[in-house]
Amino acid sequence: MFFNSLLTNFAALEVGQHLYWQIGNIRLHGQVFLTSWILLGALLVFISLGTKKMENDPKGLQNLLEFLWDYIRDLARTQIGEKVYRDWMPFIGTLFLFVFVSNWGGALIPWRLIKLPSGELGAPTADINTTIALALLVSLSYFYAGLSNKGWRYFEYYVHPTPIMLPFKILEDFTKPLSLSFRLFGNILADELVVGVLVFLVPLILPIPVMFLGLFTSAIQALIFATLAAYYIGEAVEEHH
Amino acid sequence: MLAFNFFGATEGGLFDINATLPLMAIQVVALTYILNSLFFKPVGNVVEKREKFVSNNIIEAKNKLSEVKKLEADLLTQLQSARTEAQRIVSEAEDESDKLYKEALELANNEANASKEKARLEIESQTSVARDQLSKQADDLSELIVNRLILEK
Repeated sequence: MFFNSLLTNFAALEVGQHLYWQIGNIRLHGQVFLTSWILLGALLVFISLGTKKMENDPKGLQNLLEFLWDYIRDLARTQIGEKVYRDWMPFIGTLFLFVFVSNWGGALIPWRLIKLPSGELGAPTADINTTIALALLVSLSYFYAGLSNKGWRYFEYYVHPTPIMLPFKILEDFTKPLSLSFRLFGNILADELVVGVLVFLVPLILPIPVMFLGLFTSAIQALIFATLAAYYIGEAVEEHH
Repeated sequence: MLAFNFFGATEGGLFDINATLPLMAIQVVALTYILNSLFFKPVGNVVEKREKFVSNNIIEAKNKLSEVKKLEADLLTQLQSARTEAQRIVSEAEDESDKLYKEALELANNEANASKEKARLEIESQTSVARDQLSKQADDLSELIVNRLILEK
């Protein structure tokens, strides 16, 4: 109780406070959906503008989108392999874009100016629900990828190269989503907290380098999340000989 | 849903897991389909079309280059054969002219020799005629001298 109130009231930061939406019997964290809708809306508008008039000689936004597409393709191709990367590229790309837009949107937009009755707006990825949702989707994806590509032979992976690996590989299926979700959640939340505390203590200049560091971390986390997701899928579809 | 309250709050907390999780998962899956049709497919089509166009052009250029090289080699061999042919014709002509020259020279030599011989023969005959005449005159003269000597006695 003491710890919670300390953490909640320290630096006038609201940690662990949520804007609850009650729909029937279920409760939702409203602030997560609000920010994610705003950010994804912006992303979709940006992408629609860029792909509105596609030309063979790219101009303006199309250049940027093609660069992004190429970047995601390279990421998916190097991790998943030439054979099936096409099937998974949209998923990997969506993970990357979602995490990136959420992280940067959370760091760049001064959400605090918008007052909510409870909790505060911030990066959707600073909420454990979002990151667990993403991590579980990755888990489902690599199981699906392995089973659809190799059938029951997918489970050879668990005894490869020796059956001694079996318990560790089973354990990995739990640690993978756990580490994915907590890494992202921890990094983004920590970044928000550090910036918040610094802004409260020294409102001038000093937080700026930390904010830049936060932007860097945010981009890196998006890359790490997408790369690891692609790596897990690649590991599941890889043929052992 | 699960409600972990690591920080002791009866409601909320950092690890408050509720229906946000499945809804967010559904939202991300929906986003995947939306982005696939809005972004990945159209951009991929354009990029891959261009890549195909470029690689086709490169292949075409390579084919053309190899064709040009083949033609060049062809021309070079043609040039070579034309050159040797020309050389052959020139040397043939030289041989011919040489032969003609030799023939002409021989002919001229022969002619000259013949006329020289003829001249020599003529000279010889005239010399002998002159010598005959001279000896005849000497005979006459000697006869005359002899007759005179005899008469005086």
